[in-house]
Amino acid sequence: MDLFEYQGKQYFAKFGIPVSAGDIADTVDQAVEVAERVGYPVVVKAQVRVGGRGKAGGIKLANNADEVRLHAGNILGMDIKGHVVRRLWIEVASDIKEEYYASFTLDRSAKKHLGMLSAQGGVDIEEVAAKAPDAIARIHVDPVDGLTAQVCREWVRAAKLNPQVEDEAVAFLLKLYDCYIQGDCSLAEVNPLIVTPQGRVHALDSKVSLDEAAAYRHPEWADFEGMASLDERERAAEEKGLQYVGLSGTVGIIANGAGLAMSTVDIVNQVGGAPANFLDIGGGANADRMVDALTVINDDPNVRVVFINIFGGITRCDEVANGIVAALSRLAKTAPLVVRLDGTNAEQGRAILNANTSERLIMIPDMLTAAKKAVEMAGA
Amino acid sequence: MAVFVDDNTRVVVQGLTGKQGQFYGLRNRAYGTKVVAGTNPKKAGENVEGIPIYASVREAVTQEGANTAFVIVPSAVAAASILEAAEGGVSLIICVTEHIPAHDQARVYNVLKRNYPHVRLVGPNCAGILSPGKANIGFTPTEVAMPGGPVGIVSRSGTLAYQALYELTQSGIGQTTCVGIGGDPVPGTSFVDVLAAFQADDETQAIVMIGEIGGTAEEEAAEFIKSNVTKPVVAYIAGVTAPPGKKMGHAGAIISGGKGTAKAKMDALTAVGALVAQNPTEIGGLVKQALGR
Repeated sequence: MDLFEYQGKQYFAKFGIPVSAGDIADTVDQAVEVAERVGYPVVVKAQVRVGGRGKAGGIKLANNADEVRLHAGNILGMDIKGHVVRRLWIEVASDIKEEYYASFTLDRSAKKHLGMLSAQGGVDIEEVAAKAPDAIARIHVDPVDGLTAQVCREWVRAAKLNPQVEDEAVAFLLKLYDCYIQGDCSLAEVNPLIVTPQGRVHALDSKVSLDEAAAYRHPEWADFEGMASLDERERAAEEKGLQYVGLSGTVGIIANGAGLAMSTVDIVNQVGGAPANFLDIGGGANADRMVDALTVINDDPNVRVVFINIFGGITRCDEVANGIVAALSRLAKTAPLVVRLDGTNAEQGRAILNANTSERLIMIPDMLTAAKKAVEMAGA
Repeated sequence: MAVFVDDNTRVVVQGLTGKQGQFYGLRNRAYGTKVVAGTNPKKAGENVEGIPIYASVREAVTQEGANTAFVIVPSAVAAASILEAAEGGVSLIICVTEHIPAHDQARVYNVLKRNYPHVRLVGPNCAGILSPGKANIGFTPTEVAMPGGPVGIVSRSGTLAYQALYELTQSGIGQTTCVGIGGDPVPGTSFVDVLAAFQADDETQAIVMIGEIGGTAEEEAAEFIKSNVTKPVVAYIAGVTAPPGKKMGHAGAIISGGKGTAKAKMDALTAVGALVAQNPTEIGGLVKQALGR
């Protein structure tokens, strides 16, 4: 789950990480009210989960109420790379002496946490990595040892941060690591991490992703979910406990197992079609699950055909076939189904489907042929 | 021969008294796997269809000679269960539990590496390990498998491994072992570990490797194949057309920052001589080709 900047800053603040005083605003009047409260000059910042907000005109300095009105009015409703701005973050403007970069993430290959720190912040870190790779100091943190103050200090020196703020930078990074670990972040990134003329170090931006698997031990995350970036279809699927990812095509997809579902999306694309979704129905593909899956898919107005790709393992193909037939009888309306069954008791399963073939149900035993048929029907 | 599990495997099931644990534990026993114990501190002294329940893995090791732990417990307690199994004295831990927080996975991985270097963890979020005719631990449907070799299978995905088993069996080609390494970001056992085991296994003559988007495990496998694997490798990678930044069902199946694409993995494997299938139903044909049948 990706947080908005303001949510990330609120999360940082819980771990004692210094951020600028500010608040959210959903209207121009609210923006002015927040600005009056925190004191001018302020920065008006678009809250969208996409980079490049500044270049797009989504971040503006305002010295008085009139300027807040002007900028807030312009930014609310603005479309930034397909993300419409619905909320602003208004914060006290900071004097900036230096801009750094800091982040923690999991290095899957090393199986350790990866810290990245650079004295060249405030710009796209990918560009820094490409142009001046030595400008980024990387450390691997063994989760068993954690990040010690000693290691952190050496890291700050390796990154060639201003020696005058070394103590502040070490304290900041230890808190950021604490937030990353205790806060179950998959990414905790600060860019820019600024130094003020007074020698204070603080987070001017935040990019935080949370590990959904850890939600059970973070009841406070419920506050973030209202603004999550799920589309309507993804929200409906989540409520039914289905693994669903919305795509933009016309072929609805149901498969059992994440791997087979990915494969099915691939094969539909490979034969010239466009999948409407990824959906993993899970192990026991019974009638109830099938009704839930078909309901979510049929609610998508783009869907013209549904390709059901099932491998029968412990749940046998004849059970799955009976589930599909039962589901069809319970659904008044559905896009036509192209079904491919393979695996345990495949012959029996196919026989059941063949006995129930109609304009709403077509059985094709081979995955490639079935994909071609589904794509052909979606085009018709 | 087989890798990791065989006739000598003696399994303690952590979670045997739960609904899922009981279903799969008994199913695995019915296949002939030596399921010798279960654990549950609150139900010690009881039994599940004749399988004794102990308070801890250590007792199951001492009393029943268990050497392998099958972890099928809720995600919130899975990390502790894995560490308990290592502490209890088994040499192999197979964890099927999904949704273990990534930080817990990283911590467990490094604790095992440091304190229990001889313990192998397979998973989490994996389908388990099947050595046809010998032992099955986990979810793999034995109905679609065939004993006797000569093909070893290693896969992140469960269903795609089952599909591969089925196609090989339909073609009259048996399997030595099918290893599910799981779809999570920090798997205890990697492709490289399993490739090494299959390379060392006399009975395995060809290897099927099924990967998916996310991470660089397949690229690392390609590097390993280049200098260490002489047996033919047939590969398939799922997620060629997956959108970047979206988790495709598995926690580890995500393209982030342009890294972890299927294309990069397929290119790396092709470059080291693996036969790469374009869709999972091509696996059977390519294995036949590799075996010269």
